[in-house]
Amino acid sequence: MSSTFDTIANIIAETCDIPRETIKPESHAIDDLGIDSLDFLDIAFAIDKAFGIKLPLEQWTQEVNDGKATTEQYFVLKNLSARIDELVAAKGA
Amino acid sequence: MRLEYFQLIDRVLDLNLADRTIRSEATVPTQSTIFEGHFPGRPLMPGVLLIETMAQTCGWLLLATMGFTRMAFLASVREAKFRTFVTPGQVLTISARLDHEGSGFAVASAKIKADNKLICDAGLTFRVVDFPNAEMHQQMCATAVQIGLSTEALTDG
Repeated sequence: MSSTFDTIANIIAETCDIPRETIKPESHAIDDLGIDSLDFLDIAFAIDKAFGIKLPLEQWTQEVNDGKATTEQYFVLKNLSARIDELVAAKGA
Repeated sequence: MRLEYFQLIDRVLDLNLADRTIRSEATVPTQSTIFEGHFPGRPLMPGVLLIETMAQTCGWLLLATMGFTRMAFLASVREAKFRTFVTPGQVLTISARLDHEGSGFAVASAKIKADNKLICDAGLTFRVVDFPNAEMHQQMCATAVQIGLSTEALTDG
């Protein structure tokens, strides 16, 4: 069974036509991989489906805009993976 | 259809909030300046307007699903296929299904039939945001009533 990061990386590679080998756990989806908000909708859709969750994108965006969080907390892929694992765990709780 | 006003849905035939589906109807007008250019001597409903027709049907489904609390804006179109020509006077039946309701976005699929024959289909993604202003909200609610998307329809599900 692949890790959460591997699943996300594969989704990004397929959705955005980014070479899989360039996608690292330390990659920032926006700053390093150049994913824009429209492409991220497709990624979020694929992540929601793959994990059976609903990424709280609006909440995250609001927190970043309010200065309560940084984009790194949500969009560096290892951190995104951790958030997803939390959401999956919360769903099963 | 009032092409010049981008009001492409004549009426909602049925809405099922439990199944997250909707069907609407629209009659292509027999006269429009659009047909003077698209095309001279061979008037055809433009494909972009067929996409917009599907998008508006999905939009009404989304608004109803959200109880008219938020607005949906078309963000992307996937795999749109136009399978046959649409000509003035044809009655179109548009079906749409909400496939996924994400955070700040939604994914839907839609198709148009005429005389029970598939005309076109596509997958559509929408950004879902707060209404930009009260005027737009009021206008959308008023238009919803005009096309038969009544409060009763919403509660019947």
